[in-house]
Amino acid sequence: MSADTKSAPEAGHGHGHDHGHDQAHDDHGHHDPKWYSPARWLFSTNHKDIGTLYLLFALGAGTVGMIFSGIMRVELAEPGLQLFNGTAFGGFFGNPENYNVITTMHGLIMIFFMVMPALIGGFGNWFVPLMIGAPDMAMPRMNNISFWLLPVSFTLLILSMFVPGPPGANGFGGGWVLYPPLSSHDANPGLAMDLVIFSLHVAGISSILGAINFIVTILNMRAPGMTLHKMPLFAWSVLVTAFLLVLALPVLAGALTMLLTDRNFGSKFFEPAGGGDPIMFQHLFWFFGHPEVYIMILPGFGIISHVISTFSKKPVFGYLGMAYAMVSIGVIGFIVWAHHMYTVGMNVNLKAYFVAATMVIAVPTGIKIFSWIATMWGGSIEFKVPMLWAIGFIFLFTVGGVTGVVLANAGVDHALHDTYYVVAHFHYVLSLGAVFTLFCGWYYWFEKMWGVKYNGFLGGLHFWFMFVGSNMVFFPQHFLGLNGMPRRYVDYTPAFREWHHWSTIGYYVVLVGMAFFFVGLIEAMVRRRKAEANPWGEGATTLEWTLSSPPPFHQYNDLPRVR
Amino acid sequence: MSDATVKHDYHLVKPSPWPLLGAIAFLMLFLGMAGYMKGFWFIEKGALWAPAPGFLALVFVCVGWWGDVLKESRGGDHTEVVQISLRYGMVLFIASEVMFFVAWFWGFFEMAIFFDVRGNAAHTDLANPNLENLKGWAHWPVTQIVTNAETGAREFLPVRPFDPFHLPLVNTLILLLSGTTVTWAHHALQSGDRAGAKWGLLLTVILGISFTSFQAIEYAEAGFSYDGSLYGSAFFMATGFHGAHVIIGTIFLIVCLLRLMAGGMKPTKHLGFEFAAWYWHFVDVVWLFLFAFVYVAPHLIFGPGAPAAH
Repeated sequence: MSADTKSAPEAGHGHGHDHGHDQAHDDHGHHDPKWYSPARWLFSTNHKDIGTLYLLFALGAGTVGMIFSGIMRVELAEPGLQLFNGTAFGGFFGNPENYNVITTMHGLIMIFFMVMPALIGGFGNWFVPLMIGAPDMAMPRMNNISFWLLPVSFTLLILSMFVPGPPGANGFGGGWVLYPPLSSHDANPGLAMDLVIFSLHVAGISSILGAINFIVTILNMRAPGMTLHKMPLFAWSVLVTAFLLVLALPVLAGALTMLLTDRNFGSKFFEPAGGGDPIMFQHLFWFFGHPEVYIMILPGFGIISHVISTFSKKPVFGYLGMAYAMVSIGVIGFIVWAHHMYTVGMNVNLKAYFVAATMVIAVPTGIKIFSWIATMWGGSIEFKVPMLWAIGFIFLFTVGGVTGVVLANAGVDHALHDTYYVVAHFHYVLSLGAVFTLFCGWYYWFEKMWGVKYNGFLGGLHFWFMFVGSNMVFFPQHFLGLNGMPRRYVDYTPAFREWHHWSTIGYYVVLVGMAFFFVGLIEAMVRRRKAEANPWGEGATTLEWTLSSPPPFHQYNDLPRVR
Repeated sequence: MSDATVKHDYHLVKPSPWPLLGAIAFLMLFLGMAGYMKGFWFIEKGALWAPAPGFLALVFVCVGWWGDVLKESRGGDHTEVVQISLRYGMVLFIASEVMFFVAWFWGFFEMAIFFDVRGNAAHTDLANPNLENLKGWAHWPVTQIVTNAETGAREFLPVRPFDPFHLPLVNTLILLLSGTTVTWAHHALQSGDRAGAKWGLLLTVILGISFTSFQAIEYAEAGFSYDGSLYGSAFFMATGFHGAHVIIGTIFLIVCLLRLMAGGMKPTKHLGFEFAAWYWHFVDVVWLFLFAFVYVAPHLIFGPGAPAAH
């Protein structure tokens, strides 16, 4: 690409129809649009603005998801029904069925409307172009519809909670996995499930368009000299994630469409009476669902690599191995899906295969964990706030990974399937894994994005309360699961009271931590300490630190050269 | 960007209302469909008009959005490097479409390979009120549930699959032929023979419409129903989504033909035409897989079964 020459065709003829406009643009020159201009946010074609919109959206949706988890923890604080008993708060929470609606919505919201928009839409949009030396995304307008479809999708999902679902109740409470027959017409004849299906259709369109945009941007818009093997690991992680999205989400769309036609037009895909098979839905769902869990964690892997390297003042250990570990995690992620369904009555040889394939994932994941540790080894480590989150992540993700290896065994999983052990496992890799990477990225890039410094003490308090609190929430759930406490139950025998109680106290600790997050955000916005272009010093080597904080509205008018 | 300080060839698109309007159109469309299916707010269940406003809004957005793309292209915004981006984008879009069809093929294969498990008493719940139907799944062709028009009773009758070597084979030949005519049109356009390009494209459109018409005739003569069994559901959804893609591809080609007739498209730069051709080949290849695995393979492996349609 002749990126260093002025674009000849544009300067030439054929530009007449909007020539006047361009003149005006030149006259007003380099004034950025005002931050309060509605058109700037509604009609945006700027990757940084769209990234900001994604982050704000994720903040809002995450708050809703956080409130839902609070409702669950308060309900589970004691045996018996605390909230969903038809009388508490004037019967606001209704019957116990609604508890399952809350768990279902908590899962869907946190996955599709918090983690994915924040890590991929937010940080991906903000920093992939900055890191690879591109002026913007490849398709800036498509980038915007990827964002705006999310509020639409979220609206449909929230609406589903307030329309009829199963006979005599509202919403869909069959879990985020949406298995039939709970999601079939017989069990949930109302509108609620159809709205959930449509919501995920729209979220899927949004993610596919966004993913296409990331792949094209990364493949075609890297700065001159930046080969794929010199590209920052966060860009690598988003590239792999985007491929997983493009290949996995359409399969979910197909499965959801089958569910929709089964419910409304009499098709028999998941209807045993007509030869259909509900287990086929599980296969289709998890063919999407397993790559989906890597979609949530891979961008976080990228962020952690940069933070560990920056605050150890060393290049990341085994750069190429780190990049290709993510690629192999992505590839293997497509061939392990049935380990989510060991208990459906699967052939034992098939189980043996899925056990073996699942265990293989521990190899590239281990490469990443050990390479992060090797990066820190002998480094001049600074325990700034992002580094706290990164080290916290490595520890907690390792705990979640170890329980993952336990659950990978089909024999063990027969005992632990759908227990709190599984809940603890996936919250360690997501709630304490993906979410910790999210806050890690937030504090790492805070100055770069908003142009002001945060208060490190408040950031530290946020970390420590979250670290202690979320461990307190989820570590006891291992014990609950091993003792047989099933997930998605509104009530339990008093034998489980002790650990459930600790778990709920842990939630309050997390709540305090999140209060420090918001206080820290407000404090930074009020105090307005001017940000530096590169606050982290020699360890921060990627291109975004060569720009001002915040970066100009359009960066890299003259493309950077990478050697 | 004719800004003198911009020293790269990338296209920094101006702010645009279309994405937001498109998202609103999607909201209207899906709420309309939900209303049509279940009744919602002021929409009565079964109201066929309900999805229409959202659909029309979406069409409006598509026309406006892609109209802007054409203006930008003519204005010189689509430099070499931007064209590469657009090509990658289209390839990835088609890749996602391929994965969408994977789901439908998966459904069909699961049935075609493991159908006899359902007829195996060891795997079937003996209390199942549909046991008689599932017994019919011990052999191919499988059975479907049919409601007797006179008595209203449920009967379990064998599915009668199509003979692949009649109308389906003709349709295969039609689509393959359309693949050659679209290539003719492409080569003609590249060599500056605009009349040839128009004729090639017109023939492709006619062949596409013929395919859709024959498919409609075939559907009308099917020896199984959409809601009678998994076989009917899997068949109609897989071939139906293919048919929908044929229709979309035909519209895409018609747009290209109209642009050609209006004087658009250059011998060296005609991305819209290329993408329509790629899309058309993708539709073509999906059909070949459908023909091979949904029509021919069960016919050859299990035999034609009961007296076939045609």
